[in-house]
Amino acid sequence: MFKEFFDALLEGKVLGIKCKDCNSYSILKSTCDNCGSRNVEKVELSNKGIITTFTTTYVAPAGYDKECPYVVAFVELEEGCWLVGRLDIDAKLADEMGQDLIGKEVEIYGKEFPNEPYYPDKKRRVVPMFKLVS
Amino acid sequence: MEKRDVAILGVGMTKFGYHPDKSLAELFAEAFFEAFEESNIELKDIEALYFGNFVGEMTDGSANLGGFVADEIGLKGIPARRYEAACASSSVAFREAYYAIATGIYDCVVVGGSERLYNAGTAIGTRALATAVDGVYEITAGLTFPGVFALAARLYSKKYEIPLDKLREKMAMVSIKNHKYGAINPKSQFYNKFGDLKVEDVLNSKMICSPLTLFDCCPMTDGASAVILTTADKAEDLIDTPVYVLGTGQSSAGALFRQKEDMIRAIPRKISSEMAYKEAGLTPKDIDFVEIHDCFTIAEIIASEAMGFFEYGKGADAVAEGVTSIDGDLPINPDGGLIGKGHPVGATGTAQIYTVAKILRNEYKYNPVKDAEIGMTDTLGGDFGTLVNIILGIHRRR
Ligand SMILES: [Zn+2]
Repeated sequence: MFKEFFDALLEGKVLGIKCKDCNSYSILKSTCDNCGSRNVEKVELSNKGIITTFTTTYVAPAGYDKECPYVVAFVELEEGCWLVGRLDIDAKLADEMGQDLIGKEVEIYGKEFPNEPYYPDKKRRVVPMFKLVS
Repeated sequence: MEKRDVAILGVGMTKFGYHPDKSLAELFAEAFFEAFEESNIELKDIEALYFGNFVGEMTDGSANLGGFVADEIGLKGIPARRYEAACASSSVAFREAYYAIATGIYDCVVVGGSERLYNAGTAIGTRALATAVDGVYEITAGLTFPGVFALAARLYSKKYEIPLDKLREKMAMVSIKNHKYGAINPKSQFYNKFGDLKVEDVLNSKMICSPLTLFDCCPMTDGASAVILTTADKAEDLIDTPVYVLGTGQSSAGALFRQKEDMIRAIPRKISSEMAYKEAGLTPKDIDFVEIHDCFTIAEIIASEAMGFFEYGKGADAVAEGVTSIDGDLPINPDGGLIGKGHPVGATGTAQIYTVAKILRNEYKYNPVKDAEIGMTDTLGGDFGTLVNIILGIHRRR
C-alpha cells in the first residue's frame, strides 16, 4: 500500500482515505486514524497544506547523513490530516525564520533520495517535499 | 480474577556510561547479581526471565537474547524472553512480570534489561533509535528522536503562546536540574560532570535538531538494570523493606504525524497513568516523587502535564518555579533522569524502578526525597508508541 502512496506522490498527488463512519480524513492506511473503522474510501487529498511545526536536523542517522542538515516538517492538509516530510528550503534560512515558518502555506510533491539498507522499500526511497508558496 | 499483591525483593543496576568490554548478557548479569544479593532467595527460586532490549541486532548483532541472558546468570532452562518496546522495553517486561505473579503463574521472577548504544557510536546509535519512529513515512523524511521532541517543542511554544526563547530557557532548567542530580549519583554517566550548568550553557551547546541543543538531549548510554519480583506475602517473610507494586498502566499510539496536535498532550500517557492511578486507588496528588522519561527537556515537561501533575501548558512554569526540584512539591528525577544519569534504552524502565525502590527504602543517600511513601515511574517508548506507568509504595495497596 505504501508503494501506491509514493507512486502517486511522484505525480504530485497525495493519497488518503475518507472515513464513511466519522467523515475524517487520514493519510493512506488500512483504517481511519480517528475511529479505527475499515469503512473507508480511497481519495485524492489536497496537495497543499499549512506548516504546523518543523525542525532543522544537524545530526542525522546513518544512511541520511549526506543529506544533513535538512528540515523535517509536519503539514496540515486542507482536509485536516497531517503529513510528515521535508521542507524544501535551506536549513539556515529555516532557522532564521524560526517560528514564523509555522502557518506558512506549502505545496506537496515527491522526490527520490538515495536508499538506505533498512528502509522497507528496497528499490527506492521517496520523500514528501514541501515547497513554500510565495 | 482476584490478584495477589506483588512486591520487589531486590534491585540492581550497573554504572551507566561506556562499557566497551562487556556484552549485553554480561552487563545484565552485573545488575542481576546486585539485585540477587539483597533478595535472600536461592537462584533456583527464580522461575522466569523477562528481559528488555531495544536494538541488540544493530548495536551488537545479537537477537534471541532471552536464553543467552538466562544462561549467563546461571538460570539455564527457565522460560526466558526478550521484550522490545523501544525505550519502554523493560517497563513493558516489568508489567508482564508483575501480572504473571499477580495472577499466580509464577511466584518469583527476574525482570530487567540491557543496552549498548554508547559503544555503537553516534551514527549507528541514531539510526538504531530512529527505528522507533514510523518505519515508512517518518523515517524517509529523516525524522530522528531529538527531531520528534524538537517538533513538539515548537508546537508547544505555538499552541500555549510561550515565545520560543522563553520556552527554551524553561527547558534549560530541566537540563540544569537533572544534570545537577545526575552529577551526584555515582551510577550516572555524568557523575561529577555538568553539575553546575547555566542557562546559557544549555542554549549555546551544539544544535542537534533546532531548537534542541546537546544539553536538551539525554546521552547515548551502555548499561543494565534488574529487579526481582515475588508475592507480597513471600517478600514480607524474606526481607525487611518490601516495596509494593500498587498500580500499573500501559497504552499505545501510531505514527506521530497521525497524532497531530495530541503530540504535545501525550494522550497515551494520560490513558496509561490514569490506568495506574485507578489500579492503585490513588490520584496524582498522592504521588511523592516521580521518575519521568526525560529523553529531552521538553519531554519531561509534556509528561508532567499528561500524568496529571500540572495543567496543559503549565509544566514549563512548574520547572522554572522549582516545583519539580528535590525540595519542591513534586521532585522529578531525583537520580538525574535520562538526561543526567544516562539512557541505556532497554534498561531504562527498570533503572527508574531501581531508583524509586532505593528512595522508598531510604537507601538513596545522594538525593533523598524526604518522607517519601509513594513513587511513580513513567517510561515512553518511541514517539508515544508505547507508554508505561508504574506506581510503587512502602505500604500494601489499600
Ligand atoms: Zn473514522
